[in-house]
Amino acid sequence: MEDVLLDVKELKTHFKTEKGVVKAVDGISFQVRRGEILGIVGESGCGKSITSQSILRLVGYKRNELVSGQVLFEGEDLLTKKEKNMLAIRGSKIGLIAQDPMTSLNPVYTVGNQIAEVPMIHEKASKKSAWQTAIAMLKKVGIPSAEDRADQYPHQFSGGMRQRGVIGMALAGNPSLLIADEPTTALDVTIQAQVLDLMLKLRDETNAGIIMITHDLGVVAEICDKVAVMYAGKIVEQAPVEELFANPKHPYTKGLLKSLPKLGDKERLQPVEGQPPNLNDLHEGCRFADRCPFVFDKCHTEHPPLFSTDSNHRTACYLYDEEAE
Amino acid sequence: MGRYILKRLLIAIPVLIGISFISFFLVRLVPGDTVTALLGSNYNEEQALILREKLGLDQPLIVQYGLWMANVLQGDLGYSSFTNQPVATALMERLPITIELTVISVVFALIIAIPLGTYAAVKRNSPMDYGASFFGMFGISVPNFWLGTIMILVFSLHWGILPSGGFVGLAEDLGGNIRSMAMPGIALGTAVGAVVMRMTRSSMLEVVGEEYMKMAKAKGVSQSRWIWKHGLKNALIPVITVVGIQTGYLLGGSVVIEQIFSLPGVGRLALQAIANRDYSLLQGAILLIATTFVIINLIVDILYAYLNPKIRYD
Amino acid sequence: MIDFWKRFKQNHMAVIGFVIILIILLTAIFAKWLTPYDPYEMDPVNRLQSPNGEFWFGTDQFGRDIFSRIVYGARISLQVGIIAVGFSFIVGTIMGLIAGYSGGWVDNLISRITDVLFSFPDILLALVIMAILGSSLNNLMLAIGIVYVPIFARIARGTVLNIKDSLYIEAARSMGVRPITILWRHILPNAMAPLIVQITLSFAFAILAEAALSFLGLGVSPDTPSWGIMLSEAKDWMELSWWTAIFPGIAITLAVFSFNIMGDGLRDALDPRLRNEKS
Repeated sequence: MEDVLLDVKELKTHFKTEKGVVKAVDGISFQVRRGEILGIVGESGCGKSITSQSILRLVGYKRNELVSGQVLFEGEDLLTKKEKNMLAIRGSKIGLIAQDPMTSLNPVYTVGNQIAEVPMIHEKASKKSAWQTAIAMLKKVGIPSAEDRADQYPHQFSGGMRQRGVIGMALAGNPSLLIADEPTTALDVTIQAQVLDLMLKLRDETNAGIIMITHDLGVVAEICDKVAVMYAGKIVEQAPVEELFANPKHPYTKGLLKSLPKLGDKERLQPVEGQPPNLNDLHEGCRFADRCPFVFDKCHTEHPPLFSTDSNHRTACYLYDEEAE
Repeated sequence: MGRYILKRLLIAIPVLIGISFISFFLVRLVPGDTVTALLGSNYNEEQALILREKLGLDQPLIVQYGLWMANVLQGDLGYSSFTNQPVATALMERLPITIELTVISVVFALIIAIPLGTYAAVKRNSPMDYGASFFGMFGISVPNFWLGTIMILVFSLHWGILPSGGFVGLAEDLGGNIRSMAMPGIALGTAVGAVVMRMTRSSMLEVVGEEYMKMAKAKGVSQSRWIWKHGLKNALIPVITVVGIQTGYLLGGSVVIEQIFSLPGVGRLALQAIANRDYSLLQGAILLIATTFVIINLIVDILYAYLNPKIRYD
Repeated sequence: MIDFWKRFKQNHMAVIGFVIILIILLTAIFAKWLTPYDPYEMDPVNRLQSPNGEFWFGTDQFGRDIFSRIVYGARISLQVGIIAVGFSFIVGTIMGLIAGYSGGWVDNLISRITDVLFSFPDILLALVIMAILGSSLNNLMLAIGIVYVPIFARIARGTVLNIKDSLYIEAARSMGVRPITILWRHILPNAMAPLIVQITLSFAFAILAEAALSFLGLGVSPDTPSWGIMLSEAKDWMELSWWTAIFPGIAITLAVFSFNIMGDGLRDALDPRLRNEKS
């Protein structure tokens, strides 16, 4: 398949700590095509942010950080690249949009300056042309009077505007893959919708692939093409977005969907009972076993692999293990 | 920014008035009478009365303070009772030496402290970091006068490569000036370097964990640009305040260091004034040093505001 | 408290500091039994002896045993530290508590006084006070004590302002508890952690200040075995006898160093921010 942009295979990110090895990401695989938006959903601490940092190789430098597997981006494995070559990819071919717009801009430089830095380091652009790029980016993300705004500092921007600034910064390198790590979590609802619209528009214009990391199934329903549900460092279910909402398989996904309010529905919301496991103290079996209403013996002995239930729907749950029957 | 500076200036005014109060009254607390000291063996009641009236000493204290203040504001700090030289002239002759010593010490301190503190924070828990921490602790613990003494012992008495004291003017002989100021500058600057290094390290540690630093990495900036451009400019904002306070303390330390290295600065002048019971000179010296302290901190506050966009654009 | 000990013990540097301080303290107390010679006794025959089996740290220009003088010097340093810091702590804390609790013009006045005192470099202020009072051990302790009053006042005032309006203080006040009782029973205990850290660090400063002033001839009387005096005398003789300048300096540095690392460790162990993070 030519249009596969990112192919992550068996990615593992483990941290050695005094209390044992924390398996933050433990053997996950997924693909993103050009122009496709993949949602990665899960509770906080399930490893979804570590996944994005592992792809960009922002972790893995310290002796206690172990990253393994393959991250094939445009056919090349990022995990084996030299740091020098990674520098050329970060911010240029892969852009990151961070969670908290309040803290992801450097307070001592103007917003324009921070966007202009991207073409300056990646294309060796002159100050003047880089500044033009910065203004163009701010216009693109819908900031009014961009010329004046570029000259202002982050604290002079509102929250929504800052997030637009951050998106502008991520776009300045003209990336083919955008990783958005909870881009709307810190924003209020109206601004959220605007930012999501903006991302859809950008996808249509640039045909970039987007990984949307979120804990919000509403966001997923709104803009994603397919979804991977993460639980305790593992992907437990993967499907196109309509399929997943219409036909959830994994007990955890079902639980998540039940905890989501529906318009006009008078039924009580049901939270998923219990707490996710400690990532440094995992047993051999399915990581959801302790919270699962359908748990049976096998669940405690070995973590289930992904079983295909449909051509494009896969679930890591023994309930769907057809050979066993 | 304008309002911020104005506010700082307004806070400085009562402090300056307080300093003048202390400078004035401390010296009045000295046992013994200026008139008695001035007349010496010529003392008699009549003479004393005349002189007392002439010096305004028969007035109530607060009036005396007012008269003194009025003179001070015109640059008249009275006369040295020992040399009869105007105090203001004596101080201004010595001030450049103290300023040079202070500047050299601060520059030496910053050259060591900023890179070391930054590097220690980035390479946290490395041998380099432990070395920096040790230097920090040693630097704030070792007395500057001992450090100076040991340097004289090693570099002057043993190896004979630097003069053990005395001052060579900047205009007379540049090389000689540097040689005469090198050891005093290092002895005085070490403690400041240690304090600033510790502050830089902890400030940088905080900055390195910030979200915008992660974003900068995600933008593809190189490690050196990441540290020095994205990190340090943020980390330095709180460090500046510490540098200001420490520079103020250097003025105190210069008293000791100028004495050891026989540098004719304001600090040594103050010591001589104490030894000679020359109280108008002592009064002038402490007034000058404390006022300089306040002015340095004022400049530092403004610099702080300038480097911090949140204050500059409010 | 147990929690505090656990954290303090984990900080190896702080424990080392504590142990050195303990050794210095014991040395000062048992100086009489630890010293081979009388620190004041001159012995012209054995002038400027280099360190040897008989005189471990050598002798000075009067033939006095440097080791014995350093051991007795610990007494001077600790005595100055205890009394000077005790003075600053008591006076400063009371000033700060009053300023913070009463507010209004009292607070304004006390705060301005501390601001002004802060504008004098510490050594200079102590120097001027000594010039006025005259050289003596008592005056030296008073001078150093005065210099560090403002820092304690500032810390105490800050704590009062932080918790003055909290509910339990309001409740105590509404029940008619007297201000002095509120300050003593409810506010002071909250201020103790930062004050204890400051006491430790001020001890380091006080030892340094005593040595510096004595070095300049404005501290204790010249025949006293003070580390600062020993260094100031060594200046004239060190060309012939390096040991006169080395050992007193090491003693000062070690003492100051141990108080500094212990103060740092205490701050880490007592810092409420870190504590919340853990529990």
